[in-house]
Amino acid sequence: MAAAASFLRGETSYRIRKFKSDGMMAITVGATILTLIPLFLVLGYLLFKGFSSLNWAFFTHMPAPVGEKGGGMANAIVGTLEVVGIAALIGVPIGVGAGLYLAANRASQFTNWIRFSADVLMGVPSIVIGIFAYAIVVRPFGGFSALSGSVALAAMMVPLVTRTTEEMVLLVPPELREASLALGVPNWRTTLSVVARTALAGITTGVILAIARVAGETAPLLFTAFGNRFWSTSLFHPINTLTVQVYTYAISPFPDWQRQAWAGAVVLTGIILALELGVRWMTGGAAKAPR
Amino acid sequence: MDDGRGGKSAKIIMADKLVVKNLNAYFSQIHAVRDVSLEFEENRIAAIIGPSGCGKSTLVRCLNRMHEVVPGARATGEVLLDGNNIYDDDVDPVQVRRRIGMVFQKPTPFPTMSIEDNVAAGLTLNGVQISRAERDSVVERSLRQAALWDEVKDRLRRPGASLSGGQQQRLCVARALAVQPEVILMDEPCSALDPISTARIEELLLELKSAYTIVIVTHNMQQAARTSDKTAFMYTGNLVEYGATKQIFTNPTRRETEDYITGRFG
Amino acid sequence: MSELDSSVAERVTVVRRERAKPHVGVRLIGDRIFNVTTFSLALSILLLLAGLAIALIYDSFPAIRQFGLHFLVSTDWDPVNEQYGALPFIYGTFVSSFIALIVAVPLSLGVALCLSEMAPDWLGHRLGFLVDLLAAIPSVVYGLWAVFVMGPWLRDHVEPLLAKWFGFLPFFQGPKVAVGMLSAGMILAIMIIPYISSVCTDVFRVVPQSQREAALALGATKWEMVKTAVIPYGMTGVIGAIIVGLGRALGETIAVAMVIGNSAEISASLFKPAATLASVIANEFAEATSDMYVAALIELGLVLLIMCVALNVVARALVLGVQQRRYREMGR
Repeated sequence: MAAAASFLRGETSYRIRKFKSDGMMAITVGATILTLIPLFLVLGYLLFKGFSSLNWAFFTHMPAPVGEKGGGMANAIVGTLEVVGIAALIGVPIGVGAGLYLAANRASQFTNWIRFSADVLMGVPSIVIGIFAYAIVVRPFGGFSALSGSVALAAMMVPLVTRTTEEMVLLVPPELREASLALGVPNWRTTLSVVARTALAGITTGVILAIARVAGETAPLLFTAFGNRFWSTSLFHPINTLTVQVYTYAISPFPDWQRQAWAGAVVLTGIILALELGVRWMTGGAAKAPR
Repeated sequence: MDDGRGGKSAKIIMADKLVVKNLNAYFSQIHAVRDVSLEFEENRIAAIIGPSGCGKSTLVRCLNRMHEVVPGARATGEVLLDGNNIYDDDVDPVQVRRRIGMVFQKPTPFPTMSIEDNVAAGLTLNGVQISRAERDSVVERSLRQAALWDEVKDRLRRPGASLSGGQQQRLCVARALAVQPEVILMDEPCSALDPISTARIEELLLELKSAYTIVIVTHNMQQAARTSDKTAFMYTGNLVEYGATKQIFTNPTRRETEDYITGRFG
Repeated sequence: MSELDSSVAERVTVVRRERAKPHVGVRLIGDRIFNVTTFSLALSILLLLAGLAIALIYDSFPAIRQFGLHFLVSTDWDPVNEQYGALPFIYGTFVSSFIALIVAVPLSLGVALCLSEMAPDWLGHRLGFLVDLLAAIPSVVYGLWAVFVMGPWLRDHVEPLLAKWFGFLPFFQGPKVAVGMLSAGMILAIMIIPYISSVCTDVFRVVPQSQREAALALGATKWEMVKTAVIPYGMTGVIGAIIVGLGRALGETIAVAMVIGNSAEISASLFKPAATLASVIANEFAEATSDMYVAALIELGLVLLIMCVALNVVARALVLGVQQRRYREMGR
């Protein structure tokens, strides 16, 4: 009786082990809290500093010259929409098409090479992608341009969209494909109207996440889209973007510009979080871009 | 040809709708169907029975060139539809599949489409230009033929996936009928269904027989006995015996057939 | 061939369709166009990667020819005299990434274990979502925050303590400034945690329940179970995750460029300004005046590309191994 009771209550050595175990597990909880502190700090500062610097002029006015107060980032907001929009127009069809190819040709060696290339591309630093766009667009065209920025961002989107498309299409039951083929529907029509149509929600999610990812990029735009203090929507001239403008203002010595940088940062983060949260909310939290 | 079960269309001379000659089918290295020859008569139901992995599904998938959809799969030999070999070089498998429809083991309504869109899928996906009224009449006719009309006529816009398993399978039958095939292949259409739904599908088969040539693969011997006019028994890729259903089940000529139908293996 | 002949009398024919002799050419042309198109798009990914490598090699060729392998070991980065050496930046890249890993790996493992072993499912997924949000914040925003908030805080509160306690080490000597190697390492740590922890969480979550139960049935405490069953089972995946994080840290540009101080000098002190491969490209590329200067900067990009590709190949191989094992267990 006594022995059993002491066993159930635990011997000293067990109590030490239990104590150590509880301690270690508490540390993991502490690590999680510690990790989330920067998130809340960054978001907190954005709200605090960003919103206090934000006003209507920010959305409607052009950047003010040095020394002048006020001004806004109207051209940068439009520029970001343009550069990211064109990037999506280039990158999404390539990515979706390539993803459909990968999903349809699972076994071939060529497919493995493509999949490997996409994975490697995802790991290429964005600044290197920027150099690439500089080399193939800026140099031959003889100057910085909105188009070269879009090419850089598109090159970043392609592998993301490809891999999501492939994964989403593979989730479609193969029976649907067979059912469509058995109705005498040609393969291409089956792939587009039945298989891709069924995977459309997932593919769209992946595309939105890829757009959110590249919209926050600065490095590949530094020497492609470059930045522009003036209004420009031309594809073949330098164009301002939110990220580059925030960067320029943040490292400037002028307090007024630094305030503008916070305002730009809160708008930028707002757009990107809205895209990410919106997608997650629509898909019930399951969405996750490949990395 | 008159075997005493001529049925409604006895005035039409029975013809071999589909003739299989020396058919061999492979998956990469595996020889799944070995030199099978048989013929399917018009307006008759033929059942293919046999143990799992005997090649019966593969055989039926060769009949509308669905076998080659699987990577690494190929087939040799001839399948004649009204005397024309569907494996000829200049034959488009897509055309073959419009004339020889198929219903699969699992119900496969297209999840993005409503009930009526599912039925019309074979037409719309093929880019057939039809008016709204024509489309509606095709949907109604097909659903009536599939004995589903009364159950779904009030909710044609609901998703196909909202139906029960048995209804989904009849929806798939309706979808196959909408493209007006001449032959309907069924690959274990009842294996995922409950007994009541199974009975509905079997009734349906007997109704459809007057207008179509039907080949059904089943692992359920009672189903074969109840529905079919002729039965083929396959074992390890070979066609062991093919004959009138009554004869196969009462007086098989081959030892393996007898062993299988009396339940000694399989 | 006339199909209508074969149609049975009582057949209801509503829609009349042409069923002429199948014309292969017309029908299959759609498939052929589709196949060629998707194939070309897939091929374009391979060409993109190859083009990337070729463009970088081609455009850095003047510098490669001029400096040869000496480029990699020279500490001299002097655009005025057209002397270019990559070593300060290679050093800065590795040291800042190393600081990031030292901070991020233990925290990420803690987060992953907390999410997979401690938190109930509903809470784990919500916390995981918050950690993932860290990856959604743009790096320029991290940079901005680091310049105005984290850097000054490190200078005023952390660096004095480090100097006081560990001042005998060369790493923690020298002037305390807001921009420098330590700031860069810390902001990188925050940025790579979500990448490492999400892969680790996935890896730990797929440890079979039977492994855990076997350890618990032997009387192990929760921590002992984690140590004997969960971590060893997920080890390859964890290493893969760390390499993924390292790859991110090596290539991260803008946040680092904003806080590292950009100095092409190698110094033992972590408080001092430094520069990484990515940060020097970001800071100097647009102002590079001579062709050789541009070529040298592009060669820095080439070095960075090679490092990241090599790391990624290793990481993908490891993480892939884990995924394939998972698929096998799922019977796929």
